[in-house]
Amino acid sequence: MSAKLEYLLRLGDNDVVLAQRLGEWVGHGPVLEEDIALTNVGLDLLGQGRMWLAYAGEVEGKGRTEDDLAFLRDQHAYRNVQLVELPNGDFADTMARQFYFDHVHLLLLHALARSTDGRIAEIAAKAQKEVAYHVERSADWVVRLGDGTEESHTRMQRALDKFWPYTGELFTPDAVDIELAKRGVAPDPSTLREPWLAAIGSVVKEATLAMPDGEWMQGLRRGGGKHGVHTEHLGHLLSEMQFLQRAYPGSSW
Amino acid sequence: MVETTPTLAAATASLPPEEAQFEPRGGPSARTTDRVWDALADVPDPEVPAVSIVELGIVRNVSMTDGRVRIEVTPTYSGCPATEMISTMIRERLAAVGLTDVDLVMTLSPPWTTDWIAPEGKRKLAQFGIAPPHAVVNVAGISRIRKATVPCPRCGSKTTSLLSQFGSTACKAQYRCDDCREPFDYFKPH
Repeated sequence: MSAKLEYLLRLGDNDVVLAQRLGEWVGHGPVLEEDIALTNVGLDLLGQGRMWLAYAGEVEGKGRTEDDLAFLRDQHAYRNVQLVELPNGDFADTMARQFYFDHVHLLLLHALARSTDGRIAEIAAKAQKEVAYHVERSADWVVRLGDGTEESHTRMQRALDKFWPYTGELFTPDAVDIELAKRGVAPDPSTLREPWLAAIGSVVKEATLAMPDGEWMQGLRRGGGKHGVHTEHLGHLLSEMQFLQRAYPGSSW
Repeated sequence: MVETTPTLAAATASLPPEEAQFEPRGGPSARTTDRVWDALADVPDPEVPAVSIVELGIVRNVSMTDGRVRIEVTPTYSGCPATEMISTMIRERLAAVGLTDVDLVMTLSPPWTTDWIAPEGKRKLAQFGIAPPHAVVNVAGISRIRKATVPCPRCGSKTTSLLSQFGSTACKAQYRCDDCREPFDYFKPH
């Protein structure tokens, strides 16, 4: 598998898996506005994921469409980071996961918009405008909950701490990242870490919360989600997402 | 990146002077392309039917190649569920005026911006009860949009509050008028 194909699957799978998680909130949001907002963010991600996976299918050259890639791959073939597959938990959990992801997502898309690969640059330029709103929204919620009641403060802090060990994978380069960075196709993810820390740090401070500082990070020694090593949660997510195509292969709308 | 962008607030005083920009009319195939533009002006956006797809700025170009009409369309948002429906509506509308040799091409670059919504389209949005978007100053750094003053499309009051960055569709935010108390949609600068 070429480095570019591998990388496109990572981009697409992050979006699709997180979109599926956000879709689980349909009908369960704490208030109607938030129900709608969560799923609109999910819809943006689904659209972006579709563009990445469609391109991945073209790069692979075996005739697989974005639908084939999304609905007919098993969990070990998925290349998303573990952070995005973790369960929704309570609203603070969902927002902490989103907060960490949105901020690195925007940094990444800014860099990809300057990719030497024209198609990647084009998709990233489109996506970053959408993600700018995601960043604003999740940051707002971290501040609102952190600087809210004693209960919301406690839960927001607990959520930030809980997802923190899954952020290491976002910034740890492997051979694929290094090769693409050399070719100017994608940034070395380790270069995104400092600006990410600065961005989330200022929000966490405004929220009167404490930055987590644990050093142990999940998924580094054995490869993590980027290499198909997932938490126990992804399989369950995919079994629901892929059910229709697995039970009724080839059925169409 | 997430540096906050105070320039957005500064840009809220007035709507942008820019007109939506399209390929100029004229040239040897002008008559057919003019017919296409006129026909497309009747195609409403499925989710915001107050404006046409031309006023929304998503029809990027119309040209003729070897007797075939080539139309370039760009999506508003990546996940916009109306994209396929818009393609169907374009084909049906053109078939109704006798044009069936039509190629629809999806383009991504340059990415769609609300600055391409025609002034007439913005006026119709306001009439429809949707506050039209302000000019986009720095798209990549949009932040803290709530600092913008979004006048109520019903009573004109400037005392309004953001309820949520996302409304009935991804392209809109939800606001509430603090004077007339009505909730309303705001078409987000994008």
